Amino acid sequence: MNWEWIAGNLGQIVDATVDHIVLTGIAVGVGFALSLVFAMLIYRDRRWYSPISGLTGVLYTIPSLALFAMLVPITGLTLVTAEIGLVSYTLLILTRSIVSGLDGVPADVVEAADGMGFTPRGRLARVDFPLAVPLIVAGLRIATVTTIGLVMVTALIGEGGLGNLMLRGFNFRNYTAVYVGAIVTVALAVVADAVLIWLGRLATPWSRAR
Amino acid sequence: MELVSEVVAWFTDPANWSGTTGIPNRLFEHVMLSIAVIVVGVAVSVPLGLAIGHTRRGAFFTVSVANVGRAIPSYALLLIFFTVFGIGFATAFPALLALSIPPVLTSTYVGVTEVDPDIVEAGRGTGMTESQLLRRVELPLAMPVILAGIRTAAVQVVATATLAALVGGGGLGRFIVDGFALQQDDQLVGGAILVAVLALLTERSFTYLERAMVSPGLRRRTPEAPLTAAARSA
Repeated sequence: MNWEWIAGNLGQIVDATVDHIVLTGIAVGVGFALSLVFAMLIYRDRRWYSPISGLTGVLYTIPSLALFAMLVPITGLTLVTAEIGLVSYTLLILTRSIVSGLDGVPADVVEAADGMGFTPRGRLARVDFPLAVPLIVAGLRIATVTTIGLVMVTALIGEGGLGNLMLRGFNFRNYTAVYVGAIVTVALAVVADAVLIWLGRLATPWSRAR
Repeated sequence: MELVSEVVAWFTDPANWSGTTGIPNRLFEHVMLSIAVIVVGVAVSVPLGLAIGHTRRGAFFTVSVANVGRAIPSYALLLIFFTVFGIGFATAFPALLALSIPPVLTSTYVGVTEVDPDIVEAGRGTGMTESQLLRRVELPLAMPVILAGIRTAAVQVVATATLAALVGGGGLGRFIVDGFALQQDDQLVGGAILVAVLALLTERSFTYLERAMVSPGLRRRTPEAPLTAAARSA
């Protein structure tokens, strides 16, 4: 560890970290919005389940480097290329967690809500979704931690946040940058995970009473 | 589409099908490294997971390994291993091995602990020894979950072996990394297609492995690997 390098390049490390957070935030945000649409399609009509899980499954299996390589000739070395890849990897986990969250709502609860006169849409928003929050948060945690790791690979197409710091460090035999990049990434994953757990608790005040 | 014809030309060029830099050799390197990693990873993780699941000792250790394994991105792991072991495809081995252990270990442990305790108790009542219980009751019942974990690990290893080219290794990643460096889109996309197909085939092949290894009585929908083991990072 070359502490002087760290002290002299704090600005660079902070910039890379911010880039990393932004890349992750966009990917998980867009991925979540798309997954909501997919989950709603499946919720309305089960026949959507196989095609959607098939598509997201294939996207999830394609190695990231290969996906980026296929996109570069089309969308270039851009943020769009990076985000298309990153978003596609969140879809399987997020769609599955939203669908299983909604499926897990007990039938008695649904019946009680219907009996109280909820419209289907009202029930979805005020009964089903709140009860699905724990599973949705579990999906978001996995998707976020995974994306934080995958952002590193986008260093190859000129993005990468902390991955970029590491790759440059590696190429210039500045191993301090490699270790700093790895440590900050792991710290970022741990913090993001903790924040999501905390947000999940905030969104389900009733679970604390039990 | 000019790109499509370029890629087709790349695939049909005989020069790309011979020698150490040809497709067959790169594919061979990629597959051999992946198989070696998975075989060793399974040989280490499955017995350990079975022991932990059977005795319920060391569960905390397993969960910690899985969580730490999930938080460290494979890309970071690979670069760190190369700073320690130096450049080369063979040194990708320990990095990929470290990557393959958490999913297999967790799913084996989870698979065994999820076996209905009444069944284990019934086996014990018929006079089975502990090792018979493990081999004839717990292992077969846990097999679908264990295989799901191995599938996750195998796909991840095949994917990450691509990154080995980034640090001077061979394998199919070579085409992608060189394609980027030389700005040759035919090689870039050709390599990407090969890697994607290999990963999808790896995934698929486990469907057949499952058919061969899972007791007919247990056959149902392919199970998902436990969530803690499912995260991908390459």
